[in-house]
Amino acid sequence: MNQPELEQMTAAPNSWHMIRALAGIGLMCALLIVSTYELTFDIIKQNKAEVLERAIFKVLPGAESKAIFIVKDGQVEKLIGDGNGETRYYAGFDANDDLVGVALEAGGQGFQDVIHILLGFNPEKQIIIGMQVLESKETPGLGDKIEKDPAFQKNFEALDVALSDDGSSLKNEIVFKKNGTKSNPWELDGITGATISSKAIAAILQASASQNMPVLYKNREKFKQQ
Amino acid sequence: MNVLNKPLEIRTSPHLKSSVSTNQIMFNVVIALLPVTIFAIYSFGLAALLMLSVTTIAAVLTEHIYCRLNNKESTVGDWSAAITGLLLGLTLPPALPLWMAVLGSIVSIMLVKVLFGGLGYNVFNPALAGRAILQAAFPVAITTWHPAFLADRFTHIPSSSLAWPFTTATYDAVAGATPLGNMKFNHVAAEVSDMVLGMTSGSIGETSAVLILLGGAYLVARNMMNWKIPVTIFLTVAVFSGIVHFFNPTTPTPLFMLFSGGMMLGAVFMATDMVSSPITDRGIIVYSMIIGIMVVVIRLWGGLPEGMMYAILMGNAVSPLLNRALKSRVYGTGRKGGAK
Amino acid sequence: MDTNTFIKGLWKDNPVFVQVLGMCPTLAVTNSATNAMAMGLATAFVLIMSSTLVSLLRNFIPKQVRIATFILIIATFVTVAEYLIQAISIDIHKALGAFIALIVVNCVILGRAEAFASKNSVGKSILDAAGMGVGFTFALLCLGAVREILGSGTFFEYQVFGHGYEPWVLMILPGGGFFTLGAWLLLFNYMKERKAAKMQEISA
Repeated sequence: MNQPELEQMTAAPNSWHMIRALAGIGLMCALLIVSTYELTFDIIKQNKAEVLERAIFKVLPGAESKAIFIVKDGQVEKLIGDGNGETRYYAGFDANDDLVGVALEAGGQGFQDVIHILLGFNPEKQIIIGMQVLESKETPGLGDKIEKDPAFQKNFEALDVALSDDGSSLKNEIVFKKNGTKSNPWELDGITGATISSKAIAAILQASASQNMPVLYKNREKFKQQ
Repeated sequence: MNVLNKPLEIRTSPHLKSSVSTNQIMFNVVIALLPVTIFAIYSFGLAALLMLSVTTIAAVLTEHIYCRLNNKESTVGDWSAAITGLLLGLTLPPALPLWMAVLGSIVSIMLVKVLFGGLGYNVFNPALAGRAILQAAFPVAITTWHPAFLADRFTHIPSSSLAWPFTTATYDAVAGATPLGNMKFNHVAAEVSDMVLGMTSGSIGETSAVLILLGGAYLVARNMMNWKIPVTIFLTVAVFSGIVHFFNPTTPTPLFMLFSGGMMLGAVFMATDMVSSPITDRGIIVYSMIIGIMVVVIRLWGGLPEGMMYAILMGNAVSPLLNRALKSRVYGTGRKGGAK
Repeated sequence: MDTNTFIKGLWKDNPVFVQVLGMCPTLAVTNSATNAMAMGLATAFVLIMSSTLVSLLRNFIPKQVRIATFILIIATFVTVAEYLIQAISIDIHKALGAFIALIVVNCVILGRAEAFASKNSVGKSILDAAGMGVGFTFALLCLGAVREILGSGTFFEYQVFGHGYEPWVLMILPGGGFFTLGAWLLLFNYMKERKAAKMQEISA
């Protein structure tokens, strides 16, 4: 840059310089973002799949492999490719390729914000066999016990979600009970100090089970094809 | 003391000086709190006695040590630190680990009172703010209630009280929920007569409505408390919860609202704190109504069973604003503020 | 090379404890040492990269559009940092949440770009940004450590106390952030005052 040019720049705004700077830097930034996106895309996708897989194998104890199913035109079928938007049913299989259960996502309003959870169903025995919190903003130390409290997790060893005789709804509503007063297999034993969060989980469970259990039970044979 | 060192007088003339000193008022508050304190010790036994002595001593010591460290004359002689400690103790559950109670006293005095400049300068009621911080720090311990009238209450100290500092307590006897907790989570209302007499479980000093009112009446009779604050709070709560109860009978009755939880203790001894409540009459009415409405809103629609503490703290927070917005008319000026 | 350019960000001009800038991430994501560390490093990364680029292009950018250009550059590196964090660990990305995107509005970064990088050579700018970045990370770590140790009884998820420890839940709630920041500021100002008093004694 020679002397007259520099003087011109500092003296009067030159719109060409401004456009040049903004466009040039904008282009450079766009390139930078796109290349980072391309570079990290596969790693991020793999990371996300891993997180989901870890949760699925946790709510389906004993599962070692999984297959994804969707409902299309009222029919359960295996998901081929990436798919988009449909409710996904994750079937988990153990080492002998026997169906352990079917996992699916559910959500509902908690104390602070929406709680997202992953539920593991055993369609054959009509029980819930696992629950993992995927995302929650419940109060640390109280509400977040729904994630860690071992006594609360015990609820999900075999929570009864048996269907009524015509197979269209739950026989017993999943109800919340105060800590230590659970007496039936379809009741949820709450956490002391986290009443609202545990009630929220009961409500999510009830909504998800009454909606999905009939589908799961009717199609329980279909999930067995790996 | 040199005249220039005195804090600026903020009121307009006439400047009448009362013969009643801070010490006298504070000492009378202690007397008014005595019946409540004695009943608390009677109903909760050694646990309450220990708790109240520990919080009081810790509060006084904190203030004394602070003054010493800053080379100031010790201000513990005005009884206000002792009252803060005693009031804090009265709002805590009886079997709360004592180390938490000590921490609460230190926070009340250090963080809420002396850091703001000491007595007369604190924005919030120190005892209540200290309890709010304890509640946020140890939410489980502070909502674990101890049964009242246990047979061995005068011979046995609950093991949770004596938990080592910084450790989790193990509770040997846990009472069911308080009347408010029962109402909120189990939809069971306690008998109002039990709550009036103090037969229910709850914080150390909040259970007996009769004795709290007695103490309040004593202070009012000696002209050391503004009766308009508790009366307005009670009226607001009764009317507001009455309206809600009329349209939705599943909500608690006004009587239940008045006699449950910390309503009495809060309205009589906390909301009337001279430092953290407004100074003008109109300000006091608005302040008390805010507290009354907030407590009903929190109890009925909030996540917590009890809202008295937060309602009063909110009232405290707006009182400087009320002082500014609802100034009393300067003597000798017209209604619009200009000179006549 | 002037080492003072680097050192001043650590201590004398610490972005959090002295300049009191970037309060939003300081209060919001310091509820554990891991989160504080991740946030500090992400901010330091954006700070160093954007300062470098701004300094490199400082003769190319007209004065009238400099703020727009700086923001463009900062936003780019924030987006890059967001992808990188997701690639490193989804869990950390979840814990930091919206605050990664909010690095854009962290005044420390724009402040350094405007006040230093746009007027100094590349080498000096990198030193300055690194100092500020390390100072920011250090401050966040100070808060995160206190809050995690008191609030959860752990440090970098490593159990500090025995199992009987009663955590001070308050410390990992937003209120605890304010208390901790207040306490650190108190300590820093106390030390500063004492040092100033000593200097006066010596000169007198």
